[in-house]
Amino acid sequence: MGVPIKVTVNGRQYEAEVDPRMLLVHFLRDVLDLTGTHVGCDTSSCGACTVILNGKAVKSCTLLAVQADGAEILTVEGLEQNGKLHPIQEGFREEHGLQCGFCTPGMIMTAYDLLQRNPNPSEAEIRHALEGNFCRCTGYQNIVKAIQYAAAKMSS
Amino acid sequence: MTTYVGKPVRRVEDHRFITGRGRYVDDIKLPGMVYAYIVRSPYAHAKILSIDTSQASTAPGVIAVLTGKDLEADGIGGLPCGWQVNFRDGTQMKEPRHPVIAVDKVRHVGEPVAVIIAETREQAKDAAELLTIEYEELPAVVDPQKAVEDGAPLVHDDAPRNLAFDWEIGDKAKTEAAFQEADRIVELELENQRLVPNAIEPRAAIGDYNPGTDHTTLYTTSQNPHLIRLLLCAFVMGLPEHKVRVVSPDVGGGFGSKIFHYNEEVIVTWAARKLKRPVKWTAERSESFLSDRHGRDHRTKVQLALKNDGTFLGLKVRTYANLGAYLSTFAPAIPTYLYGTLLQGVYTTPAIYCEVYGVFTHTVPVDAYRGAGRPEATYLLERIVDLAARELNMDPADIRKKNFIPPFDGIEQPGYQTQVALQYDSGNYEAALNRLLEMANYSEWRRKQQELRSQGRYIGLGLATYIEACGIAPSAVVGALGARAGLYDSATVRVHPTGKVSVYVGVHAHGQGHETTFAQIVADKLGIALEDVEIVHGDTAEIPFGMGTYGSRSLAVGGSAMVRALDKILEKATKIAAHLLEAPESDLEFREGRWYVKGTEKSISFPEVALAAYVPHNYPPDLEPGLEAESFYDPKNFTFPFGAHLAIVEVDPETGEVKLLDYYAVDDFGNIVNPLVVEGQVHGGIVQGVGQALYEEARYDENGQLLTGTFLEYAMPRADEFPMFKVDHTVTPCPHNPLGAKGAGETGTIAATAAVANAVADALQPFGVKHVPMPMTPQRVWTAIQASQQVS
Amino acid sequence: MFPASFDYRVAESIDEAISLYQSADGEARYLAGGHSLIPAMKLRLARPSRLIDIRPIEQLRYIRVGDDGAVHIGSLTTHAEIAASNVVAQHAPLLAQAAKVIGDVQVRNMGTIGGSLAHNDPGADYPAAVLALEATITVQGPNGTRHIAATDFLKDMYETALEPGEIIVDVAVPSYSGWKSTYVKFFHPASRYAVVGVAILANAVGNQVQDIRIAYNGVASCAFRDTAAENALKGKAATDATIAEAANAALNGVDVLSDHFASAEFRKHIGRVYLKRALQELFAG
Ligand SMILES: Cc1cc2nc3c(=O)[nH]c(=O)nc-3n(C[C@H](O)[C@H](O)[C@H](O)COP(=O)(O)OP(=O)(O)OC[C@H]3O[C@@H](n4cnc5c(N)ncnc54)[C@H](O)[C@@H]3O)c2cc1C
Ligand code: FES
Ligand code: FES
Repeated sequence: MGVPIKVTVNGRQYEAEVDPRMLLVHFLRDVLDLTGTHVGCDTSSCGACTVILNGKAVKSCTLLAVQADGAEILTVEGLEQNGKLHPIQEGFREEHGLQCGFCTPGMIMTAYDLLQRNPNPSEAEIRHALEGNFCRCTGYQNIVKAIQYAAAKMSS
Repeated sequence: MTTYVGKPVRRVEDHRFITGRGRYVDDIKLPGMVYAYIVRSPYAHAKILSIDTSQASTAPGVIAVLTGKDLEADGIGGLPCGWQVNFRDGTQMKEPRHPVIAVDKVRHVGEPVAVIIAETREQAKDAAELLTIEYEELPAVVDPQKAVEDGAPLVHDDAPRNLAFDWEIGDKAKTEAAFQEADRIVELELENQRLVPNAIEPRAAIGDYNPGTDHTTLYTTSQNPHLIRLLLCAFVMGLPEHKVRVVSPDVGGGFGSKIFHYNEEVIVTWAARKLKRPVKWTAERSESFLSDRHGRDHRTKVQLALKNDGTFLGLKVRTYANLGAYLSTFAPAIPTYLYGTLLQGVYTTPAIYCEVYGVFTHTVPVDAYRGAGRPEATYLLERIVDLAARELNMDPADIRKKNFIPPFDGIEQPGYQTQVALQYDSGNYEAALNRLLEMANYSEWRRKQQELRSQGRYIGLGLATYIEACGIAPSAVVGALGARAGLYDSATVRVHPTGKVSVYVGVHAHGQGHETTFAQIVADKLGIALEDVEIVHGDTAEIPFGMGTYGSRSLAVGGSAMVRALDKILEKATKIAAHLLEAPESDLEFREGRWYVKGTEKSISFPEVALAAYVPHNYPPDLEPGLEAESFYDPKNFTFPFGAHLAIVEVDPETGEVKLLDYYAVDDFGNIVNPLVVEGQVHGGIVQGVGQALYEEARYDENGQLLTGTFLEYAMPRADEFPMFKVDHTVTPCPHNPLGAKGAGETGTIAATAAVANAVADALQPFGVKHVPMPMTPQRVWTAIQASQQVS
Repeated sequence: MFPASFDYRVAESIDEAISLYQSADGEARYLAGGHSLIPAMKLRLARPSRLIDIRPIEQLRYIRVGDDGAVHIGSLTTHAEIAASNVVAQHAPLLAQAAKVIGDVQVRNMGTIGGSLAHNDPGADYPAAVLALEATITVQGPNGTRHIAATDFLKDMYETALEPGEIIVDVAVPSYSGWKSTYVKFFHPASRYAVVGVAILANAVGNQVQDIRIAYNGVASCAFRDTAAENALKGKAATDATIAEAANAALNGVDVLSDHFASAEFRKHIGRVYLKRALQELFAG
C-alpha cells in the first residue's frame, strides 16, 4: 500500500514509503518530526501549513506527500543559515510580528515567496500576498512591518 | 531608573517560534500513543435510540469504541459550571447535567456521542464511518427570544421556558422615574451576534497514565492548567489531585475559548487510564466550529433617557443572552457580572437598570470570548450614545464630553462609585478622547466628510469611548457574586546559587509575551540581566498554583504576585548582604544589582548574595538558607482600563461595501511594562473587533445547523482589509496594585466593534439609516439603505 | 483531516493516464493541482478509488502562440503562470486578469486551468473569461480527441462536456491583441470565490463599440454569456446612457443563486452595478 517517495527537505534527502492519502503536512510533522509547519484548518484557508515547494509557496495540507516525490521543500526549520536567522525571521522578532506563534511559520514562508518574486513590495502588495494566511493575534500590522524590515535588510 | 521596564524589549520567546521550535500540544508524540476520534451529533436535538459499535470495534487498528454509557459506568460526572447566577426571586440557577459524552439525548450539533480509539488517526476516523447510530430527531430552538416563548422546544426538561436564570442590576424605580422626567428617549433593538473565537491553533489534548506510579498527565491547549486540574479531579473524575499533572505548553491563541474545561480533556484522560496508553485528540477545524465555546449572542433592547441639552438621565437595558445547550465553565458570569456592571460606561448616567435572561438553546455552549460581556455592553452603550447625538444634532464627541465622569486618580480623589455595583479605580476619560481627537485630526475628518458627501462619497466617523473591568477580583467579592473559584494569582521566585532566577507564575501566556514582560520586571527589580531570568508557566508540576490568563488579568494580578515575591526575596537578600558587608541593614542601599554600604564603595553583588544563601558558611545565624519566595496576591479591586477609539470608514451606498480607511486608538492601561507588546495586543484586538462589526457571524439555521461552520463560510479578517492603525496612550496608573498596571488584552476588541458600527451609521446618516445589524455585510448595508429610502 | 484511502497512480503521459483510468475498478479521478479535489476528498465529499496524478505530464504545461495565431495553454499550466505570462498579457489579458484574483498566492501556485475548467465551480473565475474569449477546449480520451467550444464545455454546476476518462489537454484562446478587457469580482468574504464575477472583452475605437462580450460567473449555477447586455452596446457608443442600458439588460431571466450572504435580489443588483462600473472604467478616457 505504501508508495515510495524521495524528497529533499531543508537540503536533506529523505526516502520513505507513505500511504498515498497522507498529506504533505503530516509527512513533515509526523514522519520527519518537523513540527514547525502547522495545521490550522481543514479547508485550505489559513496558510499555517505553508512551505516552499520547488521554490514556490504552497499549502502543505492541500498536497499529498506522494505529489512531492522528487521535490525540494523548504520549511521554517530550514531558514536559519549557520546559526544566523534569516532576515524575515529577524524581522518578525524585531517588529513583534508574532504573538502566539502558531501562524508564524506559515507567514514567514509566504513572506519568503513574496520577497523572492518582489524584493521591494509596497504595503499593499505585502497585505495582498498574505491573503491566504490568517493570524488571529497580531492584527497583521506588525507582520506587514516585519516583512518590510526583511525587504529592507535583504536589499541592503 | 529602569533598564527594561517601559522599554520595547524584543520578546525572548520569539526565537523558538520563528525557527519552528515552538512546542504545541499537537507536536507532542509519546511512546505507544493512540488516537481518539470523536463522533459528534449531526442533529441539534435528538434522542439517541441506539449505537451499534460492533462493526467499528473490529475495524483495523481499533482499540476501543466508547460511549456515554461506558463513561457513566466508570462513574465519570458531568462538566461543572464555575459560576452560579440565581433567579431574581432567589430560585437556584438551573444547572442541568452537562454530559461529557451524550447518553440518551443530544442537544447541539457537534455534541460528542461516541469515541473511537485506534492505533492511528486514520484508522480511528475510518472506523467512525462504520459506527451506526440511530437518532430520533426532535424540534430545535436556536433563537434565545423564541426559546422563552410558550411552546418552544425545551432543551432541558427541568428548565422551564429554557431559562437558566434571570438577573437584574441597578435601581429600577429610580430609572423609571428618570425616564418620566426625560425630554426624550432614544431606543434601539440590537443583536450582538454569535462569534466563533477561532484561535488559529485548534484545541488538542493528550491523556497519559502511568499505572506504575498511578500518575496521570493531561497535555491540553489551555489558558489555565491549574483550573482544569481542579475541575477534572474534584468534580468530574474524582482523581487524587496530587497525582495529576496538567501541562499546557505553547498554546496557539485562546481569546477565551481555551479557558473552559472541555469534554475532550475528560475523554482522553479517562481513555488513557482505561487503556493504559497515551491517547491523543486534535480538533479538526470543522470540529472546532462545533465544539469550541462560542461568544456573544445577545438580543438587546436599550433605551436612553436624556435632556435636550444631551445630559443622560437614565439607561434601561433588557437582554436575552444565548447560553447554548449547556452551561459552560464561566457562562453565567459573562452576560451578568461582566456585562450589566459595565453599563455605566464612562458616563455619569445617574440611573441604570438592566435585566438579563440567560437562555438555553440547541446550539454550541456560549462562554467568554475576548472581552466577554464588556464588548456587548460597550456596543449597546456607544451605539445608543451616537444615536442620541444624532437626534439632538450634536457631534458624537460633544455628547460624550458632556457626560463624562470627571477625572479621578483613586488616591487624592476617591474611586468612582457606579450605579451598577462597581467602583472604578482611576480614570481620565476626557483626556483620552482629547488626545484621540487631536491625533486623528478629528475636525479635519469632519470637514472632509462634508466635502466628500457633496461629491457623492460617504465616509463615516465612529467613536467609541469605553471602559473595561479586568483583573477580576477580589475573591471574596466574586465569591459573593456566585463565583465558585477564587481569582487571585501566585508566583514563586527561585534564585539559583549562581544568581540566575526562575520565576514560576500561575498565569499562562498564549501569545501575550509573559516570558519577556515578566522577566523585564524581575530583571529591573533585582538589577540583573534579562537573560538571567526565566519565566516558567503552564505546568502544574512546576507551578504551585494559578488561575491562568484571561480577562486581561495577568500583569495586574499575576505580575503583582510576582512583585510581592520579589520584595520578599530582596528583604531576605538584604539581610544576607548586611551580614556579609558587616553593616546594619539600614546602612545599605540596593541599586543596579548591588548592595552598597551608604557613602562607601563597599558593596556586594546579587549573585554573591545568592551564593551565600546556598553556601551559608558565613551567614546570619537566625536565617534559613536558600533564596526562594512565594506570594499569592488577591487584588483589592478590578482594574479599569479605558480609552477612546475612532474608526473612519467609507461606505459605497450602491453596493453596500464598507472599507475601513483609517483607525485611531488612544488607550489607558495604567503603567506599561513593554509598549511593543501592548501595541501588539491593541492591534490584534482591533482586528477582532472589526471582524465582528464587518465579517464574522456564527449563523444557525432554524434546525440548529451551523451555516458558517468552516472558514469557507465564516469570514475571518485578513491582512488586506486593514490600514495601518495609529495608536497611542495616556497613562493613569492603577492606584491599588504595586505595578500601577491595568491590563491591555481586550480593549481593542471592546472598542473597535462599536467604533466601526458607529462609523457605518454615521456614513449612512444622509440616507436616514439609523442602524445596520452586524456583521455589516454589503447585503445588510444595502438592505438598510433600501429600507430607509422606502420609508422616506 | 485527510482523505479516505485510494489507489494512487502516476501518469507520465496522456495515454498512460487514460489507460490507468480505463483499468481502474470503481471511480477514478485525475489529479492535477489538487486544489479542488483534495479539499473535497478531505471533507469526504469525493472518494475516488483511484487517483491518477497527471501533474508529472510535462507536455501539458506550456503557454505558446500556435500556428493558428491563437494562444495555447496546456491544461496543467498554473494560475500563477497564466497571471505572469507575457504571451497571455499580450493576446488575452482577460485570462490573466481572472487568474490573478483566484484564491491566494498558494492556491495560484498549485491550481491549474485544466482542473478549474473540469471542476466548473459556479464561483470559479476562469469560466466567464473563457466564455468571453470564446476559447476552445481540447480534450483527449479513450475515444480520441475532441475540440469543444467553451460555451458547450461548461454545462452546469460542477458539470462539463467531459466524458468518462477524458482529459483536458489544451485551452486555445484566439488572439485579442488590441481589445480591451477587464474582470471584476465581488468576493465572498470567507471563501474568496466569486459571488459575482464579470468578464468583459471589447473591441472598440475610442468608445465606439464594435464588438463586445460580457460573461458572468458566480451569479448562477453556471457561467454564461449575457447577450442582452452585449447587444445594448454592440455597434454603439459606450456612453453613460448605453452603459446603463446594458446594465439594466443584464441578468434578465437568469436563475440567480441565493444564500444568506447574498440573496438572489442582491446578487443580481451587484451583478448589474459591477457591470456598469466596469464598463465605465473600461471606456473612460
Ligand atoms: C483556498 C482555496 C481558494 C480558492 N479560491 C478560488 C477562487 O477564488 N477562484 C477560483 O476560480 N478557484 C478557486 N479555488 C480553486 C482552485 O482554483 C483550483 O485549483 C481549481 O479549481 C482546480 O484546479 P486543480 O488543478 O487544482 O484541479 P484538481 O483539484 O486537481 O481537480 C479538480 C477536478 O478536475 C479534474 N481534472 C483536473 N485536471 C483535469 C484535466 N486536465 N482533465 C480532466 N479533468 C481534470 C479532477 O479529476 C477533479 O475532478 C480555490 C481553491 C482553494 C483551495
Ligand atoms: S492548514 Fe493548510 S491552509 Fe489551513
Ligand atoms: S501570532 Fe497567533 S495566530 Fe498569528
